[in-house]
Amino acid sequence: MNTGIRFDGVSVAYGGNIVLDALDLTVEPGEVMALLGPSGSGKTTALRAVAGFVQPVAGRVFIGDRDVTDLPPHRRGVGMVVQQYALFPHMRVDANVAFGLKARGVHGAHGARKAPRDEIAARVTEALEMTGMSAYARRYPRELSGGQQQRVAIARALAVRPGVLLLDEPLSALDAQLRSGMLAELARLHRDLPDVSMLYVTHDQIEALTLADRIALMDRARLQDCGTPQDLYRRPRTEFTASFVGNANLLPVTVTGDGVRLAGAVLDVPAAGAAAPGDPATLCVRPHAIGLGEGPNALRGTVTEVQWRGATHRLCVDVAGHRVTADVRELHETSSLGTEVTLHFAARDAVVLPATAAPVGPGGGAAHG
Amino acid sequence: MLVHSRRARRAVHAAFLALFLPVFALPFLVVLAASLATRWSGVLPAGATLEHYRAATDADALDALTTSLLTALAASAAALVTGTWAALAAKGSRARRVIDLLFMLPVAVPSVVIGLSLLVAFSKPPLLLNGTPTIVVLAHAVLVTSFAHQAVSAALDRLDPAYEQAAASLGASPLRVLLRVRLPLLLPSLSAAAGLCFALSMGELSATIMLYPPDWAPLPVKIFAATDRGALFSGAALAVVLMATTFLALLAVSRIRTRAVHR
Ligand SMILES: Nc1ncnc2c1ncn2[C@@H]1O[C@H](COP(=O)(O)OP(=O)(O)OP(=O)(O)O)[C@@H](O)[C@H]1O
Ligand SMILES: [Mg+2]
Repeated sequence: MNTGIRFDGVSVAYGGNIVLDALDLTVEPGEVMALLGPSGSGKTTALRAVAGFVQPVAGRVFIGDRDVTDLPPHRRGVGMVVQQYALFPHMRVDANVAFGLKARGVHGAHGARKAPRDEIAARVTEALEMTGMSAYARRYPRELSGGQQQRVAIARALAVRPGVLLLDEPLSALDAQLRSGMLAELARLHRDLPDVSMLYVTHDQIEALTLADRIALMDRARLQDCGTPQDLYRRPRTEFTASFVGNANLLPVTVTGDGVRLAGAVLDVPAAGAAAPGDPATLCVRPHAIGLGEGPNALRGTVTEVQWRGATHRLCVDVAGHRVTADVRELHETSSLGTEVTLHFAARDAVVLPATAAPVGPGGGAAHG
Repeated sequence: MLVHSRRARRAVHAAFLALFLPVFALPFLVVLAASLATRWSGVLPAGATLEHYRAATDADALDALTTSLLTALAASAAALVTGTWAALAAKGSRARRVIDLLFMLPVAVPSVVIGLSLLVAFSKPPLLLNGTPTIVVLAHAVLVTSFAHQAVSAALDRLDPAYEQAAASLGASPLRVLLRVRLPLLLPSLSAAAGLCFALSMGELSATIMLYPPDWAPLPVKIFAATDRGALFSGAALAVVLMATTFLALLAVSRIRTRAVHR
């Protein structure tokens, strides 16, 4: 049962307003694809197009090699988990999990000739065990905590053994600690169910980086970038990607013969492809790739802010009017504000991006430092 | 509680009672007193007897009570089915406005007019219902359907579509979603609507009196007849029987509702 998802030029409009613009995206069988982007970028809309709750104005949606664009939601065979759980309040946990099995008319698995009722009970038990909720089978949803409800919602979606699991910000209603626990659990679930393709909508880059095989970045109804987390983090192709996946210093530079120039300082970072000397460009360096002291690619400036973050110090340094953020290992003597410091970074830790009209500030969209 | 200090709370309660008693409770208490009275003393009934209750529970009165109950049951059932059906159909439909308006008509039109119109409409073959119990039930159903429709419509609007969508994504056909998810979630509102329809139908007089055949006279007609011929105390006893029955029925319905809510 290897089923991926394919968006083929899918556009969705609400009242003439395009909220998903010709999306082309393939989720390979068994792959976890995170759909990451700011609020209102069309992530949920893309997911709903797969589930069948919104009809595209153009393009086709495929699940496996089946064109499902015109199928009603209950014929699509996807599992779905949403932010507010949507557990049926009038059914106990086990009845919630059994709902899909009864609705689909469960057949004995692998040709086993079990009575449907036994089969359903076995599958419910299995799904609840998988999510660690066996002890709560006879409870009503309102008797569970948020995290437990989310586990039940996941068990309910998985009980029907869907080839495709759609998750729309499944952890965003949980507090931070619970969230990281559930994140690990989702990762384990996926290791246990390697055939299930997952489309995971989130605006949290940590969730995306932790869980996803690939990340699709959305902004303003469009797919902006798509690649492995490492790719997007180490080799971003646009300023939007750089600023949205991880923190980034984005500095306006000018391309020179064999490097770039930042306010007089010549940096030995090769500019990408077509850039000619004199072109404006953007230099992207991650805060943790910047060291304090002399070294290659030195930048001199004055300290404007120091934050202690336990294992690291975050220094904000004004370099010729540009704010550079550096995460350096815990300092024994904290530099005081206004001190002149020198920063440096290795050429392989930096990327030169084509300049865009409106530069994005460092750490844009990144709440996690 | 919005009011915290004990004295303020007492004041609120006292004010509530001062308003509530005269408006709601006193008429009821006077009817209750009259049903037990033998004579009038000034504006208040006086004396004590259970004689009127003997009359109010004789075969004739019980017949009328049964008629009322059957009419109310049938009418509320019909109203509930029609109202719910229409509300479900109107949901998300472009005709929603028109349907809502249509179901508001019976409330806007005086019930006497409804009675008259049914009389006119069903007095000639092939639609000859005049003189049958059916026309009474029909009138009641028409009169209470708007309330059922309104209650269910409002509840449907409040129902989170996430439930239906979760059910659909789990493979449930629209019919299964309706039977297993939407209707159960609407049950509290449905039972509230049922209670309202039932109570309204139990007390309906103005359309009934134009339509009822001799063998299908609901209790309010009897009460009206009794008071009309001056037998106020017997009328009061009948009224108490009517109120008590309606109240018990509503109590039963509300128990269903609390069970549905607290499940
Ligand atoms: N039912 C609707 N009617 C009209 N506009 C809608 C509807 N649903 C979504 N939109 C619009 O479509 C755009 C994309 O919405 P969508 O829910 O896909 O965003 P999102 O990326 O999931 O955002 P978030 O992270 O806040 O959930 C938004 O601008 C939103 O206002
Ligand atoms: Mg969303």
